[in-house]
Amino acid sequence: MIIKSKPDIIPSEITPKEVFDNRREFIQKAGFGLIAASAALLASPLRAATLNDKSILPKPLGAHPKIAGYAKTAYGAGDKLTTYDDISTYNNYYEFGTDKNEPALNSKLFKPRPWTISIEGEVKKNKTISIEDIYKLAPLEERIYRMRCVEGWSMVIPWIGLPLAQLIKWAEPNANAKYVEFISLADTLQMPGQNLQVLDWPYTEGLRMDEAMHPLSIMAVGLYGEQLPNQNGAPMRLVTPWKYGFKGAKAIVKIRFTEKMPLTSWMKAGPSEYGFYANVNPLVEHPRWTQSSERRIGAGLFSGRIKTQMFNGYAEQIGQLYAGLDLRKNF
Amino acid sequence: MLYLMNLVPSKKQLSWIKIFVFSLCLIPVSRLFYLGLQDNLSANPIEFIERSTGFWTLLILLVTLSLTPIRLLAGIAWQIQLRRMLGLMMFFYACLHISIYLWLDYSFVWADISKDIIKHPRILVGFAAFVLTIPLAITSNNTMMKLLRQRWKRLHQLVYFIAILGVIHFWWLVKKDIREPLLFALILVALLGIRIYYKILAKQRRVK
Repeated sequence: MIIKSKPDIIPSEITPKEVFDNRREFIQKAGFGLIAASAALLASPLRAATLNDKSILPKPLGAHPKIAGYAKTAYGAGDKLTTYDDISTYNNYYEFGTDKNEPALNSKLFKPRPWTISIEGEVKKNKTISIEDIYKLAPLEERIYRMRCVEGWSMVIPWIGLPLAQLIKWAEPNANAKYVEFISLADTLQMPGQNLQVLDWPYTEGLRMDEAMHPLSIMAVGLYGEQLPNQNGAPMRLVTPWKYGFKGAKAIVKIRFTEKMPLTSWMKAGPSEYGFYANVNPLVEHPRWTQSSERRIGAGLFSGRIKTQMFNGYAEQIGQLYAGLDLRKNF
Repeated sequence: MLYLMNLVPSKKQLSWIKIFVFSLCLIPVSRLFYLGLQDNLSANPIEFIERSTGFWTLLILLVTLSLTPIRLLAGIAWQIQLRRMLGLMMFFYACLHISIYLWLDYSFVWADISKDIIKHPRILVGFAAFVLTIPLAITSNNTMMKLLRQRWKRLHQLVYFIAILGVIHFWWLVKKDIREPLLFALILVALLGIRIYYKILAKQRRVK
C-alpha cells in the first residue's frame, strides 16, 4: 500500500519575501492605528470625567450682575424651580460643543457686551438696537416657565425678559411680514463649537407672526434675578414655553421679518425629525425619543417619568392659535 | 517589539493578567458609584449612567473582538484566553445598561417600555442586541461548549451581528455630532475586515 504523504508546505503558502520583510512595518502601522483610535475613544469619557469635576465648574448664582426692578408674575405657580446649578450646567448649545456640560465651560471667553441687534427684512426701515436699550424697551418681568426638550427632559426656569410683542412693535414690521426669523451669532473665535459643521451656522429659528406676538413669547435677558449666563444664551434669547427647547435661539444678533416661512437650522439638519412648529405634543412621536413622557431634571434617581402635557401644559393660553392646522403633519 | 511579541505568559502569569484585566473592567462601574456618592453625575444622572454603561459595553465588546485580529496580524495567541472573561464583562455592562433603562428610566412601566421599543428603531436595535447576548452568556461555560461542539462556534458568531447592532444603536442616539459612533464603526469595520481578509486568503490557498 502506498501512503501518500502531503508535503509539509505547499508553494502558495510560502510568504513572498517582500511581504515577509514588510510584516513588521505593517504590524507597527496597524498597531499605531489601533492605539491612536483607542486613545481618541478613551479621551471622550475621560474628558467628560474631568469636566464633571465641580471645582472647575462655571460661575455660581450671584456671580452675574443683578437685574434691578423686574416685576413678578403669576406664571409657574406650583412648579418647583430647577436649581441654578442644573440650569447653567446642562445645556444644548452646539456653538459651544455638543456635550451638555461643554457650553458652561467653553463659553467663558464669550463676550455678551457690547451687543447690538439688527432688525431687517419686511420692516418700515432697517434699524439696530443695543442690549442696554432692549432692557429699557418694556418693563422686565419674571416668567417661570416649564422648558421641555425634544430629548425627553424638562426643567422649570425663572426667566427674566420682555414680551416679544413689545420688541416687534418697536421693530415696526410692514404688512408683508408673516414670519419672524431669529439669527444667532456666528463667530468661531467666540464660539469654538462652530468649527464643527454639525449645524448650518449661524443658528436660525423662526416663528409665525401670531406666535411671536403671543403674550407667552418672551425675549429673555436674565435668569434667577441676574443677567443670563453665557451658556444660557446671553445676552438675549428667545423663549416659547409651549414649543420644544431648540426653538429658543440664543445670542440673537439679527431679527428678520419675512413673507415666507424661514428654514431653520434644525429643519435643514433633519427635516423628518424637526419641524417648523416644534410644538410640544405627546401624541406626535419622534423617531428617537419618547414624547409622551419626560424626565424632570433634579427630581432624583428614583422619581420616574412624568406625563408630557399638550403644548407643555400651556394649551389653555395657546387657545385657537393652531385651529384647523394638522399638528401631525405640521410637527 | 519583536521580543515582547514572542513572550508567552506562564499559567501563573496569565492568572495575574486575568486579575488585572478583570479589575480594569471594574473601573468604569466603580467610577459611577464614586461620582454618584458625590452627587456628581451631572444634572441628568440617569442619562449619564445610561450613556456611560452603554459606552463601556461597546468598548469592551470591541476589545473582545480585537483578540483574534491580533493573532492574525501579529501571530500572538495567548490573549485569546482572555476572551471569555471580556465577553462576560461586556454582558455585565450590557445588563447594567438595560437595568438602568428599565428600572430608573422607565420604572418598569411595561406599557411605556414596549411602546418605546416598538416606536423607536434605536431602542429596538439596542434591545435586540441585548437579547442576543443572553444565549452567548448562558453558553459561555465549558459544559455548554462541550455539549454544543460545532454548533457552539456557530452560535457565538452571533457576536459579530451584536456588535453591528450595538454600533447602530449608538449612531442613532446621536443627533448631529457623529464623531464618537463613527470611530466605533470604523474600528468595528477594521476588526471584521481583518477577519474577512484572512478568511479569503485561507480560501484562496485551499483552492490553489
